[in-house]
Amino acid sequence: MSAPLKPPAAETYHRPAGLAGFAADWASDQRAFKNVSWGKAMMWIFLLSDTFIFGCFLLAYMSARMATTVPWPNPSEVFALDIAGAHVPLILIAIMTFVLISSSGTMAMAVNCGYRRDRRKTAALMLVTAFFGATFVGMQAFEWSKLIAEGVRPWGNPWGAAQFGSSFFMITGFHGTHVTFGVIFLLIVARKVWRGDFDTERRGFFTSRKGRYEIVEITGLYWHFVDLVWVFIFAFFYLW
Amino acid sequence: MVDVRSGLGEALPPPEVEDVELYHPHSWWTRYVFSQDAKIIAIQYATTAIAIGMVALVLSWLMRLQLGFPDTFQLVDAEAYYQFITMHGMIMVIYLLTALFLGGFGNYLIPLMVGARDMVFPYANMLSYWIYLLAVLVLVASFFAPGGPTGAGWTLYPPQALLSGTPGGKDWGIILMLSSLIIFIIGFTMGGLNYVVTVLQGRARGMTLMRMPLTVWGIFTATVMALLAFPALFVACVMMLFDRLLGTSFFMPAIVEMGEQLPYGGGSPILFQHLFWFFGHPEVYIVALPAFGIVSDLISTHARKNIFGYRMMVWAIVIIGGLSFVVWAHHMYVSGMNPYFGFFFATTTLIIAVPTAIKVYNWVLTLWRGNIHLTLPMLFALAFIVTFVNGGLTGLFLGNVVVDVPLSDTMFVVAHFHMVMGVAPILVIFGAIYHWYPKITGRMLDETLGQIHFWITFIGAYGIFFPMHYLGLIGVPRRYYELGETAFVPDSVHTLNAFISIMALIVGAAQIVLLFNLVWSLRHGREAGGNPWRATTLEWQTPETPPPHGNWGKELPVVYRWAYDYSVPGAPEDFIPQNQPAPSRVSHEAAS
Repeated sequence: MSAPLKPPAAETYHRPAGLAGFAADWASDQRAFKNVSWGKAMMWIFLLSDTFIFGCFLLAYMSARMATTVPWPNPSEVFALDIAGAHVPLILIAIMTFVLISSSGTMAMAVNCGYRRDRRKTAALMLVTAFFGATFVGMQAFEWSKLIAEGVRPWGNPWGAAQFGSSFFMITGFHGTHVTFGVIFLLIVARKVWRGDFDTERRGFFTSRKGRYEIVEITGLYWHFVDLVWVFIFAFFYLW
Repeated sequence: MVDVRSGLGEALPPPEVEDVELYHPHSWWTRYVFSQDAKIIAIQYATTAIAIGMVALVLSWLMRLQLGFPDTFQLVDAEAYYQFITMHGMIMVIYLLTALFLGGFGNYLIPLMVGARDMVFPYANMLSYWIYLLAVLVLVASFFAPGGPTGAGWTLYPPQALLSGTPGGKDWGIILMLSSLIIFIIGFTMGGLNYVVTVLQGRARGMTLMRMPLTVWGIFTATVMALLAFPALFVACVMMLFDRLLGTSFFMPAIVEMGEQLPYGGGSPILFQHLFWFFGHPEVYIVALPAFGIVSDLISTHARKNIFGYRMMVWAIVIIGGLSFVVWAHHMYVSGMNPYFGFFFATTTLIIAVPTAIKVYNWVLTLWRGNIHLTLPMLFALAFIVTFVNGGLTGLFLGNVVVDVPLSDTMFVVAHFHMVMGVAPILVIFGAIYHWYPKITGRMLDETLGQIHFWITFIGAYGIFFPMHYLGLIGVPRRYYELGETAFVPDSVHTLNAFISIMALIVGAAQIVLLFNLVWSLRHGREAGGNPWRATTLEWQTPETPPPHGNWGKELPVVYRWAYDYSVPGAPEDFIPQNQPAPSRVSHEAAS
């Protein structure tokens, strides 16, 4: 992989300060982002691209919702559960959001432990994160089956605009797929951490390159991104 | 002249990037087929792209036969005509031009030109090619699917794309087309991330961004744009696939077909157009920017003169890339938009002419009093400048709302975009092939065959597309299978159509000369040596030609100067390679 990150020796040449220094850093030789490894740079740029995908999905949904002439079903009513006789709006979504955001916390702790080279704690925290993620997907499956049982289909629903069901299944489905891939990714990396691959510099099965603990952070970047996207879906789809 | 641009002066920074761990292949399969070497992947990309491009070329022949001689040939019926026009457009724009510029030239040139051993993630790079191949196979499969390929036009506008009046609308055609695009985007993302990260984070010592050859700048900016523009197409494809397969109504309004009310309702066809063109317009520059970059290097090298206004050229590339994201709705002036939007998009569109014109002036000023060698790459570069100016000027017509409205959907549009993003970039591709073939194979392409290829292609392309402007001004519509007896169409149109078709057949056939040359010169070409064009950029300074796995042997190159030190006064040769230290440094090191 790329680099054990040495700071450039400053005495050989001087970069200007301030805005000029910012530009000079960007344009300087070898690396535009100093002390950023290849893997991390790649994940950031991928996430930028993925942002555009989710952005397009959400904009398409919003334009459909604003343009519809048929009433849009009320999300507070649709996503309400009757618990112990009480009618609680959005309760399941609230729990799902809580679980997913908590998983970001455990992920951040895992990254920290990874850089401390605490193999067991890192793996354990990643497993907890994966567990939260799987719980989220499980609750989403419950939500989907409840709506399907109530008659929501991609092409229509009992309460109003057909685009409600289409957008719902498409956007939460696409996000759920991201979470599912994240869980798989977490499990794979957690296994490698547990086995000590990054301490023994064992080579990857496909790439035959040595892995480093940094991969925990890269997994974390992806995971936080998926959480962040959920916040936007939550705001724009459920709360609007 | 040595180095005014990098800010590094004489000081050379220490290495920050550790030498790459390369995957060393153990068998013929991993060396040549499932190869992780960017150079092999580049050749795979290029071969596949050219092969599928030949299919699109034959499709254009068939269409021209129909248009030129509507009553003579019975090869093409109306359905087939629409299928061919769709596949021709989609293949040329995405599967040929995008794949060849970014996957082909990008893979070959980026690591060599920035002084890297390979792309940063060779395994993902390999996957990128195989997924691209899968996308091509899915696309080709639609020719053999029941109902044939889709005939929706390359823009795939709903609702017609999903209706039974359009070939493939209710069959496999549209499904396979959308799936193929989705697969292509996934594969491209894997490669594109590689190109971007290699340029940003994997350069040689001394290779600052402002010392990079413009080829790398062009490919890099185009790749960044592709990573941000393809998502819109991806989303549009997914949504349309759902409309077709699940019965959602994202793009489908309530609609009656053959007296039967379809189960759709409430969708917005305009939404698709916005998503499509948010991808589609940047796509034009995704194809054009690599061409801009490559042609700058060809002109500088073959005119033995530094590129005029390097810094301006870089900024022009970046600004064109940025602006191209805010002009998309100029493709939709007749779709039904708020007139103020038309005003906005016309303004942004015309602003793009400024950085583009800067580039053209700089190319011409580079040629000014240069030592112009009329080699094949130079001929193609000159042809590109002329063609691009032509296509660009008609772009000014079409960018204005009031002028565009009467010209919309006429042959004028066809002439415009073929000139500007068909012929012009393809001329650059040819020039680039003649320029870099010696590095890729170690042998020169045959000069005589090249001259034949150039003159027929260049003059023939004008024979095809110049008359189309006239057809468009008369009002001949595009995408019409035959004109028949139409009052406003004079006889001259039919004569011109026949002329255009004959030209198209000749130009298409001339490409066989190139293909023959490519194969023949592999064995019989003149030995090229390491640097036949006496060029400065790093790829010509490799210790071996063709460059081996890992490119540079033991030591990575160190860069001391920008890419354009041609005809430097006082220098012993008329070029100074990028990795040659300044004389003061040499004497200093010799003394110590």
